[in-house]
Amino acid sequence: MNKNIKFIIIILLSLFVFFVFYKGLEKPNNYLPEKNLNKIETNLVFKNLNNKEEILLGELINSNSFSIINIWASWCLPCRDEHVHLLKLKNISEVDIIGINYKDKKSNAKEFLSELGNPYVEVLIDLDGTKSIELGAIGVPETYLIKNKIILKKYIGPLDDMKLKEIIKIIKNEKN
Amino acid sequence: MINQIGNYSLFIALFASIFLLFQSSNVIRNKSKNLDGKIFSALSVQSLMVLISFFSLIFAFIVSDFSNETVYNNSHTTKPLFYKISGSWGNHEGSLLLWLLVLTIFLFIFFISSKKLLNKYRILTVLFQELIIIGFLLFILFTSNPFLHLFPIPKEGTGLNPILQDPALAIHPPILYLGYVGTSIIFSSALAALVCGMVNKIWAKHIKKWVVISWIFLTIGILLGSIWAYYELGWGGFWFWDPVENVSLMPWFCLTALFHTIIVLEKRNIYQSWTIILSIATFSLSMGGTFLVRSGILNSIHTFANDPSRGIFILCFLLVLVLLAIFIFFIFQKKLSNNLTKPFLASKETAIIVNNWFMMFFLSVVLVGTVYPIFLEVISGSKISVGPPFYQKLILPFLIPFLLFMAVGPKLKWIKDNLSKIKLNQIMLFILSIAISYFIVKFFRVSYLLILPLFALGFFLFFVTIKDFFSKNSTMSQKISHFGFSLFILSILFNGILAKEFSSNMKVGDERKYLNKIIKFENLKIVEKNNYKSLVANFKISDEKSSINLSPEVRIYNQPRTLTSEAAINSTIYSDNFLVFNVIKNDGYYNVRYQFKPLMMWIWFSIILISVGGILSYLKKNE
Repeated sequence: MNKNIKFIIIILLSLFVFFVFYKGLEKPNNYLPEKNLNKIETNLVFKNLNNKEEILLGELINSNSFSIINIWASWCLPCRDEHVHLLKLKNISEVDIIGINYKDKKSNAKEFLSELGNPYVEVLIDLDGTKSIELGAIGVPETYLIKNKIILKKYIGPLDDMKLKEIIKIIKNEKN
Repeated sequence: MINQIGNYSLFIALFASIFLLFQSSNVIRNKSKNLDGKIFSALSVQSLMVLISFFSLIFAFIVSDFSNETVYNNSHTTKPLFYKISGSWGNHEGSLLLWLLVLTIFLFIFFISSKKLLNKYRILTVLFQELIIIGFLLFILFTSNPFLHLFPIPKEGTGLNPILQDPALAIHPPILYLGYVGTSIIFSSALAALVCGMVNKIWAKHIKKWVVISWIFLTIGILLGSIWAYYELGWGGFWFWDPVENVSLMPWFCLTALFHTIIVLEKRNIYQSWTIILSIATFSLSMGGTFLVRSGILNSIHTFANDPSRGIFILCFLLVLVLLAIFIFFIFQKKLSNNLTKPFLASKETAIIVNNWFMMFFLSVVLVGTVYPIFLEVISGSKISVGPPFYQKLILPFLIPFLLFMAVGPKLKWIKDNLSKIKLNQIMLFILSIAISYFIVKFFRVSYLLILPLFALGFFLFFVTIKDFFSKNSTMSQKISHFGFSLFILSILFNGILAKEFSSNMKVGDERKYLNKIIKFENLKIVEKNNYKSLVANFKISDEKSSINLSPEVRIYNQPRTLTSEAAINSTIYSDNFLVFNVIKNDGYYNVRYQFKPLMMWIWFSIILISVGGILSYLKKNE
């Protein structure tokens, strides 16, 4: 009898500890290692895809709220998969998504957007890929979550549901 | 190509695990069959596969294969070869692979070194150990795969966190892991021994080797981490009660208690359930530590990786293992022989139990200090932080009786001893220690109340252990370890009362007076190195008799871009001069922190002595 009570108490105790730790994991933990605190290069002039006007990247990036930079190309297959998620992101959050069209033909890029939809507030052209390199990109697609001109999070490769959730979580937590 | 080799060998290791699970449970069901050969080959395949996978990761790091995501995230072509290699376990994914490697290799060694023992016990140990291995394999393959492919292939990696580019830190994780993982063997074999009803002298003698070896590695691992924190983080001390440091200290307390208890089990065949409980607790604490560090639930300088899904996996896995252990313990507890012969008050058995009480007390203090903030935040939402004063207030007073028992306990005989035989010379030593401490306290004008008894008992233990070197009634390993401990206590006490700190903002050419010393900021130059730029300052610290030059640095690493301060430390056997500086703004001023730390070398040296005791004990058992 005595032994059974001990047994039950120990089991309950371990379940309690488990529960507390489990809850502890859910708390927002926006600890970002220092190496991700990269300032984004804003002194870059791009041409706009639609009207060919020159724009300074710094003017497009909101200084106080979030922005997202997405580097894509119509020839890049993963970008096609990713596109749905970008559209989703545009619908559920108010974040501006800035597209950078990487080493692409203008006609193909336009066709891509009219076929799949346009999630971007602006689409900038990077014809030879040098400007993307200055932003720190290594390929397409890449997505940066930016606040106060600092890259909070860098995603290499296409966005998926998991990454989307993470972005939304970070935005929510920062707002609160 | 390398990625695939690494990845698929892990899958083969997983199949070997599953095969071993089935085989070992088969053997246990129909006892007649003996599948030693099959199990041996499956274990060899598994260890080999994990080894291949580990080496392919190292290879990917050496050749800077950036198609591997782990390499991309943690390496860079300009990094020195040594750090390319150590970078392979300096990150989350790689370090888990190292865990797994040690797990499989330890199991393999266990299996071939236990041939004389009961077959069922060996197979059961393999079974429990394979459960742990499968858990880790699944964890690695599905949440932290080190062989993820990256396309398009980047030209350059992002680099290893510069504070990890350090020789002490390159070997700190592997050594610590050997200690942690050793406790898993203790865990599995304790459960197996319990099921087989062989928690007795033979088992104690066998598993003691594993206890000692894990203890040695854990001790040295903690020491290396502590040395690293001392000169790399520039906080100027040897222990900071940082949650992650505490996490390694908790299994250490438990393992130290087990280390002592297992001797009683070996010699006297008592404390059986307590030994089993300690074995289970030690491993649970090691795993719990991994959870706390890897899940990012703690915010500490060590939590490099944090990803909640990983945390949930380790947590569930830990729960399964703990529940399994609890069930097995309660089901098979009746198999333990009810040896209720109470030990006599004055006997070695009692002394060792007293040691265990103290270890458990220290353990609970550290556990509460580390975990309570998490509990409080979850339950009430308020944040607190527990700092060094908490630990000092709770641990220091209890060190006084602890030191006394440590001086007296090891002298007692097994079974029954007579307390009235306390000799005159012991009393003399005791009085001498009090006298010395009194003079120290007066001389240095220390006001803290507890310092006098702490010093007195520290010296008492010191003298008693020295005297013991000339007597025969205990083993050499015990003498050395306990002597090392007394040295450790005395060094930290002296260090604590005599340490001095000075901090000021200075620019080049400035001079500051501090105590009887003059600190001069002589010059500052910029040095370009392969993977970083460095601001090297030159300070001259002089008193009437001598002067020393110290050159602390501030390094600017380019991949990833990070600033680190490298402290300049001048160590002698008497004291350390520690100087670190930081860039404030661009107005030419630098924040300079100078510390005078007596006897630092002795702190490190005494811990080495403590581990040497362990090593001797291990070697003696192997004869």
